[in-house]
Amino acid sequence: MEVQQFYYDNKIVKKFLYASIFFGVVGMLVGLLLAVMFIFPNITDNIPWLSFGRLRPLHTNAVIFAFVVNAIFGGVYYSLQRLLKTRMYSDLLSNINFWGWQLIIVAAAITLPLGYTSSKEYAELEWPIDIAIAVVWVVFGINMIMTILNRRERHLYVAIWFYLGTFVTVAVLHIFNNLELPVSAWKSYSIYAGVQDALVQWWYGHNAVAFVLTTPFLGLMYYYLPKIANRPVYSYRLSIIHFWSLIFLYIWAGPHHLLYTALPEWAQNLGVVFSVMLIAPSWGGMINGLLTLRGAWDKVRTEPTLKFFVVAITAYGMATFEGPMLSLKNVNAIAHYTDWIVAHVHVGALAWNGFMVFAIVYWLIPRLTKTVLYSKKLANFHFWIGTLGVILYTIPLYVAGFQQHMMWKQFNPDGTLKYGNFLETVTAIMPMYAMRAIGGSLYVIGVFVLVYNVYKTVKAGSKVEDELAEAPELPRIVSHRMKGEGFHTWLERKPIQLTILATIAILIGGIVQIIPTLVVDSNIPTIASVKPYTPLELEGRDLYVREGCVGCHSQMVRPFRSEVERYGEYSKSGEYVYDHPFLWGSKRTGPDLHRLGAKYSDNWHFNHMYDPQSTSPGSIMPGYKWLFANKALDLSDVENKMRAMQKLGVPYTNEDIANAKAAIKAQAQQIEENLKNDPDFVKSYEASKEAAKASGENFVPMSEREITALIAYLQRLGTDVKVKEEN
Amino acid sequence: METISGIEIYPVIALLIFFLFFVGLVLWVFTYKKQTLNELSNLPLNDGKNNEETNSNRSL
Repeated sequence: MEVQQFYYDNKIVKKFLYASIFFGVVGMLVGLLLAVMFIFPNITDNIPWLSFGRLRPLHTNAVIFAFVVNAIFGGVYYSLQRLLKTRMYSDLLSNINFWGWQLIIVAAAITLPLGYTSSKEYAELEWPIDIAIAVVWVVFGINMIMTILNRRERHLYVAIWFYLGTFVTVAVLHIFNNLELPVSAWKSYSIYAGVQDALVQWWYGHNAVAFVLTTPFLGLMYYYLPKIANRPVYSYRLSIIHFWSLIFLYIWAGPHHLLYTALPEWAQNLGVVFSVMLIAPSWGGMINGLLTLRGAWDKVRTEPTLKFFVVAITAYGMATFEGPMLSLKNVNAIAHYTDWIVAHVHVGALAWNGFMVFAIVYWLIPRLTKTVLYSKKLANFHFWIGTLGVILYTIPLYVAGFQQHMMWKQFNPDGTLKYGNFLETVTAIMPMYAMRAIGGSLYVIGVFVLVYNVYKTVKAGSKVEDELAEAPELPRIVSHRMKGEGFHTWLERKPIQLTILATIAILIGGIVQIIPTLVVDSNIPTIASVKPYTPLELEGRDLYVREGCVGCHSQMVRPFRSEVERYGEYSKSGEYVYDHPFLWGSKRTGPDLHRLGAKYSDNWHFNHMYDPQSTSPGSIMPGYKWLFANKALDLSDVENKMRAMQKLGVPYTNEDIANAKAAIKAQAQQIEENLKNDPDFVKSYEASKEAAKASGENFVPMSEREITALIAYLQRLGTDVKVKEEN
Repeated sequence: METISGIEIYPVIALLIFFLFFVGLVLWVFTYKKQTLNELSNLPLNDGKNNEETNSNRSL
């Protein structure tokens, strides 16, 4: 058999790893800034592009798509070539993958702080960037699949099934969740509304966890852990069973993000059941990983890389036990909207994903530069400070989450809420927020230590070169060799059929949960009194989306006695039919807003949005002074927006659209009139009018400013449903 | 459509499909030849390249 010589592409691996480290630092520093903002809410006062609501998606997108995914690409490109004994199919595609991805990240870094967002979690990027993501992802897929077809090793090792499963599923999830109707170059509306949008969003969101944060890392674990420990995986049989069960079961878990919401019961129950079943394949992965180290535990003592792996895999086991527990309705009732969820996320993100990336970086960089790691001591230090950071991050938040929930639901003997003012429950957990910021700082310090260690290693090493290798060409398989071959052995040498079967496996859950929710009317009972937003309210809603209010405020009152007492009538699915996109939210840093309408005066909202501490001492909400700036709300797109909504099924008439600007003027002027009820407002308003006249500046009346639109929207929330007062 | 009538049979069909598939998968996995399993498990260790010249991980 002819032995062929070829070169493994190491340069592309180096590029991805450097990008991952760089953006990891950026993404985590943004996260640290957010943590500090909990304690010092006004540190970026009046700078819109540094406000919490706009930076939160920058943090999540940076750590997921820039830190983690770049590391995945690096780890996959290195292992795939060596498992298949061939160079990547196309250097051009490799570079398009790399540079295309970095351009997407830069686009995200610019657009998100500027407020161009769809508001859907981990899918905030607007439609032009979504298209770019799809294109680059397809490029990655072609490169990977063609490499598989050109391989010199017939059998597809388990890591490669995970990579294929990731590729296929992420493509499906990204496309279906980002179906949106563009209104302008940087604005679009989700084609789904309310309950349906929520279900599609969390089918996507949970499977982003599954197929971006889990399956690629399991694949990487199956390659790098045996390599580093120099022993084969514990049980290949187990890897087959847990691969298929994982990719099949995971898809169904999405509704566990929507328990006790307006999502239909049957969908919630499916989410619960499948989430609990998911413990088995997840722990299959953990067991396989940890038991691979049997007999090699002494190496863990001396090798920092293995320490990172052990904590990572253990944390994976912890998080995949905690997740199913959080999917039980009674546990979820406590944890949802609290910091417990944030703690759960960060166990996975910091300990599983972060530590896996660090382990792979510490192992790969010396190899790529043909030297040894500059300092094992520093790597060890990183391990310990990182682990301490994870603990100090998560434990305070567990306490905070539990405590806040308990305070939310506590009643006095006379039937009133003990902590009727939401702010009291926030003030009570401030010490935990401070601890969390310390934990996060320790973790970031660890990452800086990694950066220094990597820098010194690279400096001492050689330039990264492609690596010469040789392997025999793959012989054409002769029929007598195939006799007695089992189905999976056959499947493992048929990458296309494997991919097709994996695709079918992942499509089933989505089809069963989503199609009936879209198509069967009885799932979302119509409420006759629910009407579309007025044009002014629609503009206000878009401001709410722009500023990222959904990051701290929910719009979903759960059917609990304590929530009905605190917020009003619990939320019905039929109320959200015109909400493109839905804004149910995931976290209550501030109170739920679904029944906010007509609770407070226009003046209260005016003062509160300008300076929250003026109406609510001790509030950690930042001010939104730029909404009051002396410039008019941009109404140039309002007709386009209404037409887009019309296309999506919202019953605006053509008359409504033609009349939009007039309707806006009338509603806005009414709000300005209401504001004049407050003599303090009148005084400062007149003063600012005089000041503008004196400086020759054009004065824009309050009715034309952004704040008025936002007030209109806030005052509309939840008012379509009138509950009969009981005596 | 308004509603799905007779929906009760579907969970039962689903349970049967899943149960039979997974029982089948486990049974089949246990018919895998030991020697093949060993070969497959060693694929990452047999990628032809020695685990690094100058690297201190030599001891691994």
